[in-house]
Amino acid sequence: MSETIDTPPKTTVSVQINGHAIEAEPGELVIEAAARAGVHIPRFCYHPRLSPVGMCRMCLVDIDAGGRGPALQPSCMVPVSEAMVVDTESDRVRKAQDGVLEFLLINHPLDCPVCDKGGECPLQDNTIAFGPAESRFVEEKRHYEKPIPISDLVLLDRERCILCDRCTRFAKEVAGDPLIHFQGRGSRTEVNTFPDAPFSSYFSGNTVQICPVGALTSSSYRFKARPWDLTEVESTCTGCSVGCSVTLQSSRNRVLRSLGVDNDAVNWGWLCDRGRFGVESVNSEERLSEPLIQGRGARWADALRHATELIADAVRASGPAAVGVIGGARLTNESAYAWAKLAKHVIGTDNVDAQLGDGLPASFVLGLPRATIAEAGAAKGTIVLLGTDPKETLGVLYLRLRHAVVEGGATLIEIGHGASGLSKLAQHRFWASPGGSLVDAARQAVSVLPSGQPITVVLGRGTVTEDPAVLAEAAMILAAAGARFLPALSRGNVMGALDMGLAPGLLPGRVALESGRPYFAQAWGAVPAATGYDSAAMLQAAADGKLSVLVLLGANPLDDFPDRDLVQRALAKASVIAVDTFANPSSAGAAVVLPAAAHGEVDGTTTNIEGRILALHQVVTPPGTARADWIIASELALRLGTDLGFESAEQIWDEIEAVASSHAGLDRAALALNSEGSVAAGVGGGGRPAVLALPEVPPAVQLPLDEASLRLVVRRKMYDGGTGTAHSQSLAALPASNALRLHPLDFQGLSVGEGELVTVVANQGSIELPAFADADVVRGTASVLGNVSGATVNHLLVASSPITDVRLEVRR
Amino acid sequence: MTAPIVQLVTSRLHHADSYTLARFEATGGYEGLRKALSMTPAAVHDEIRAATLLGRGGAGFPAGVKWGFTPPGVWPRYLVVNGDESEPGTYKDRMLMERDPHQLIEGCLIACYAAGLSQCFLYVRGEMALAQTRVATALNEAYAAQYVGRNILGSNFSVDIVLHWGAGAYIVGEETALIESLEGNRGMPRLKPPYFPAAIGLYGKPTVVNNVETLSNLGGIIVRGSEDYKQYGSESSPGTRMFAVSGHVRRPGVYEVQHGVTTFRELLYDEQFCGGIRNGNALKAFIPGGGSSPWFFEEQLDLPLEARPVGGAGSMLGSGAIVVMDETTDAVKACLRVVRFYARESCGKCTPCREGTSWLETILQRIVDGHGRPADIDMLLDVGDNISPGPYPAASWESEGLAAVPFPPKQTTICPLGPSAVAPVVSALRRFRPEFEAKIRRRALGIPVRVEDSTHV
Amino acid sequence: MSRLSPQNEAVAHEIISRYPWKKSALIPLLHLAQEQDGYVSDEAMVHLGELVDVSPAEVLGTCSFYEMFKREPVGRYLVNICTNISCQLLGGEELLHHAEHALGIKAGNTTGDGLFTIEDVECIAACTEAPCLTVNYRYFYKVEDGDFDAIVEDLRNGRQPTRKAAESGPEGQIPPHGTLALQRQHIPADRVAGNADPDRASAPVWLEQA
Ligand SMILES: Cc1cc2nc3c(=O)[nH]c(=O)nc-3n(C[C@H](O)[C@H](O)[C@H](O)COP(=O)(O)O)c2cc1C
Ligand code: SF4
Ligand code: FES
Repeated sequence: MSETIDTPPKTTVSVQINGHAIEAEPGELVIEAAARAGVHIPRFCYHPRLSPVGMCRMCLVDIDAGGRGPALQPSCMVPVSEAMVVDTESDRVRKAQDGVLEFLLINHPLDCPVCDKGGECPLQDNTIAFGPAESRFVEEKRHYEKPIPISDLVLLDRERCILCDRCTRFAKEVAGDPLIHFQGRGSRTEVNTFPDAPFSSYFSGNTVQICPVGALTSSSYRFKARPWDLTEVESTCTGCSVGCSVTLQSSRNRVLRSLGVDNDAVNWGWLCDRGRFGVESVNSEERLSEPLIQGRGARWADALRHATELIADAVRASGPAAVGVIGGARLTNESAYAWAKLAKHVIGTDNVDAQLGDGLPASFVLGLPRATIAEAGAAKGTIVLLGTDPKETLGVLYLRLRHAVVEGGATLIEIGHGASGLSKLAQHRFWASPGGSLVDAARQAVSVLPSGQPITVVLGRGTVTEDPAVLAEAAMILAAAGARFLPALSRGNVMGALDMGLAPGLLPGRVALESGRPYFAQAWGAVPAATGYDSAAMLQAAADGKLSVLVLLGANPLDDFPDRDLVQRALAKASVIAVDTFANPSSAGAAVVLPAAAHGEVDGTTTNIEGRILALHQVVTPPGTARADWIIASELALRLGTDLGFESAEQIWDEIEAVASSHAGLDRAALALNSEGSVAAGVGGGGRPAVLALPEVPPAVQLPLDEASLRLVVRRKMYDGGTGTAHSQSLAALPASNALRLHPLDFQGLSVGEGELVTVVANQGSIELPAFADADVVRGTASVLGNVSGATVNHLLVASSPITDVRLEVRR
Repeated sequence: MTAPIVQLVTSRLHHADSYTLARFEATGGYEGLRKALSMTPAAVHDEIRAATLLGRGGAGFPAGVKWGFTPPGVWPRYLVVNGDESEPGTYKDRMLMERDPHQLIEGCLIACYAAGLSQCFLYVRGEMALAQTRVATALNEAYAAQYVGRNILGSNFSVDIVLHWGAGAYIVGEETALIESLEGNRGMPRLKPPYFPAAIGLYGKPTVVNNVETLSNLGGIIVRGSEDYKQYGSESSPGTRMFAVSGHVRRPGVYEVQHGVTTFRELLYDEQFCGGIRNGNALKAFIPGGGSSPWFFEEQLDLPLEARPVGGAGSMLGSGAIVVMDETTDAVKACLRVVRFYARESCGKCTPCREGTSWLETILQRIVDGHGRPADIDMLLDVGDNISPGPYPAASWESEGLAAVPFPPKQTTICPLGPSAVAPVVSALRRFRPEFEAKIRRRALGIPVRVEDSTHV
Repeated sequence: MSRLSPQNEAVAHEIISRYPWKKSALIPLLHLAQEQDGYVSDEAMVHLGELVDVSPAEVLGTCSFYEMFKREPVGRYLVNICTNISCQLLGGEELLHHAEHALGIKAGNTTGDGLFTIEDVECIAACTEAPCLTVNYRYFYKVEDGDFDAIVEDLRNGRQPTRKAAESGPEGQIPPHGTLALQRQHIPADRVAGNADPDRASAPVWLEQA
């Protein structure tokens, strides 16, 4: 033949598995390649997200890699090689696997009928599929004291443990909390904690999920159900804005479990305990199940009429700007859109804000160039933490970042107001006190940025006592160095709410009110004439009597807004309409309370910090007459004279896709195609308005500290007084009580003992807290926790003041 | 004719002060180091390679070749000295560490120089308090005298030797477990491949692991040269080897014999060595290479003490430990005792080893206690087969028409410890099955392990 | 009982300094704790965890893997009698039984006066001298029942045994449980070559300049 055909270099590896030729990825493990070829090799210790240890020996198969002929090898350890021949069914393989199973069973109790894992247990399944008919082991089995609690959330039954090293590897490798470990040796090996040092990891629930037998169980799920009684749906966790993929399981209309699903783009199968156990709150007895008028149970028709009248009266009296809407981060994208349309089009007010004065300016956040979690987690990349502690606020993002640094060799640079959960791994740490120095820190950080690597900044408002303008300026310095951003705004669907326009000056699709007005005038009809108020301004206006109706859309400003006094004054003046799943202090005096459906009770979508659209599915029905937020919006709109025209969440999505610049192209078919969720990255065009661009940021004011004061830093913890924690049985007891932490030198100056009570005095008010020395605190700052029991810090804060300085008084 | 006795590594041990620097220097000590430093590292390496110095820790791999497995251009490289000696029957490394620590130190230095190893960790078994004292003292002396540390003997060769000690775990003798232990972890073997820590070892870096006796030979080889060294021993196994012979011989002891030349029969029966079985009793069986090795019998006595023929005959030379059992021995009890060792020492990583070895022990214990069941014999073999599948290495028994199954065994485990527990089971059952059956029939044979007229003092 | 004393903490730092990775020092440090208190206390493990930067659970994971570390007090004299094959063949098990009778305790236990703990141990690398035992890791070879009784008698009366441990001289003395080597390694500052840092790659100079 004269013709030569250029064959592209082969990028796959040809292997034979049980006589079938398949192409495998180079480096792929035999156990994975076999799975893709439809051959399941039994395993216990192997877990694709943990480093392989090859110790259970269940996955032994005959592997012939040329040379020495077939030999029994653990398929979880051996990568494929060209022309490899694998036999998973030979007599020898069967015998070896039977042998391993028999070995595992000699010390494993046969208590499947009372074991939580019964029915979903690989050991049970493998025994039925491969195992010996009856045990030849006639002696006493190994005995241990019955289940011991190794933490508040997890119980360990050592008799059932098969020592696969999964939980222990997870604790060390993934969570970085090596608090459970093998102890003893040989057949007396067991997993346990150090005496009196519980496995208090934010991620402990994952060990329950990956335990291949029933050795680890969660105290909440124990004995609650059998797997075959469960109804389940694929969904997304809305405990924070990471958007972890989950399976929600229910039985008899109660949500029983949330299990992590391996979404390669997002959570890799992991969940944090707040997300995993927070779903319990859905079942709470305290859920709002009927509307309230002035605190008394009412019919929907009456409650809706009353709410409508309040709104209509206010608009009639002082114009649409007399109505404000605070909140919305709890909502699905579809509900957020419906509420945006209700507020901005039907009522006509731009006083709408999904954030509670503790976040960052919406148009700034939406204008930043966005990174994905995978980009942030890339090997050898650079991660900059700017003013935030992902471990406390975005648990699974923390796991991904930690992995990038520990396993991927990524460089971590921390710019913040003291230590974060990742400080130990940071190559450079720039700590500053609030009041502007963060800008200098950002400049210094830029000077140490490794060159030629992608830079991802995780940007958040770690303390409400730092001026967002300072963070914005610092962010712009990094943006100029080529960084892309992951916004660490952590409330459930806050990113979706902002995308849908639940912020002053914005319209759905990451579009500014000004630039989107003509388009939306077409799409919707009228939209507000001028930019409205954010939460702080709304509360101020209410307190001043200029805003008479305040809609709290799943918001509790009394606890969350950084100025309790202002909120009290506002709530005393305005009429409140609360739409929520639970009653809260802010809605205590509400004129109308409308009960909303919660997570797990509605279909729809949510949006994570990347802008990724992820599906939500219903697995239980709402309590009483509670209903989806978008239905409530539609009902109110109808009574205000406009039919939003929505009959289903799908229908709303169709409209979002049709009008939102950022969501163009993401129709339902496109979404359904990608189980990882799709990142909304549309830029407008085709008649749609342009999305927000990187904004101009004026330099922030530097506010030097006077000698006599300390500057307050308010940190967040994973477990706080938020709804998911407070109403989940498992989590309710976990929030720490508040304390004052000072740099050791500042603490010394106080001359008090560790834990002694100290009064923290601000202009606004004072609180009393036990004081501790802590080297993780910046000199000259006083660090306290926000929204935990003990003492409510927002007593001390004034919304109009960019910083809070305090004096400490010791009672002698 | 029995090969003449030569003492290459034990030459100094008869001196009461053999462990002191003064005695060492007075008997040619550190001459090997001085000579090595006058050569290039590559030349030193070549000399050791030429000497075919086989590892004395068990696997018998040539040291010079192993050093060459360190990947080029990857630094630093470490030397880890395996002084964990714990194999049942073995007693030689402790003797060398207690009584000639400087000879070992000199060997470490030569290895580091030749193979470019930047730091040396000398891991002594935890229970060996005296060896630790002697090695520490010797190191302190050697540092003071410029033999170890910075700019050794004024050269540009600098290396620290760090004394490290274990805490009681046989498995830590396995080289990857040794490295784990040296990193402060539980001593659990690492997965193979890589087959040698030379590629990825301590702290993930290239690491040479050598046995105490192996290293103790280096000084002598450099001083006399590989040619001279090779006049002793056989062509494929030059030099000498230390063997600890214990059990029912008239003169148990540690003997240095010519490697690959002297036979088991000579070592066990010659007057200059063990002088025969005690009380003129008949030999029942002997363990040729430590507890892990399948048993040999009368028929194997004329094999030379050399790895290859011993392997072909169904066992291994292992760590130079020969345990002799005379006709009075209760084979079932002996078998149980060796199995119990592996059951107790399993690190617990692999299911078959963790559960299987203790199961074997349980079955054997009940047979010894008189509660055995007829099915137990097949069960012992089958449980053994699930730890080490396929025909297990065994010695031939010609009169019964049984051929040898060559070493090594196959394994369902990560390291050879689990399969080692199968060696006594298969060995004893193959040869002494009636004893098991008799016990199971509850007819106690009444063969005491210890007989009253034993000659030991 | 307690954390490391200041003197022992200084020793600990010296030991740690000899390793490129701190955790490598863990086993020697556990011995140091055991030397101080006669066993390894929980408080000591917490302290060691701080010194080498690992969690207490990890310290315990290592500690509990190794036979020699005792987490409860043992007798002043830990008598380890080997019953492994070479000793078994020459009477190790009978010696153990004798010891159990003589002291009135089963292997694994401690006499009421807190003086003796007996253990049935695996091969202690003295097989040619069977049957043998160690007292606080000092060897006694070819031990007859009478030898055992004499050793116990001497120790009980506060004397070093007349039947000397295997090596004479001060090294033959039997220190309290926990003390192993009587001499520690010290690397003088002017002689130290320095740790080979696994994260800094460079070929040794003597190879380069050869
Ligand atoms: C279970 C097990 C125990 C071992 N114990 C020892 C030991 O105590 N001492 C030793 O030198 N080698 C021991 N080895 C062999 C080592 O893994 C390694 O091969 C040896 O130290 C290499 O040194 P060499 O090449 O100088 O012989 C053991 C191997 C196994 C599998
Ligand atoms: S074979 Fe036994 S000792 Fe070896 S690694 Fe496996 S469990 Fe540990
Ligand atoms: S799954 Fe491969 S050894 Fe456990």
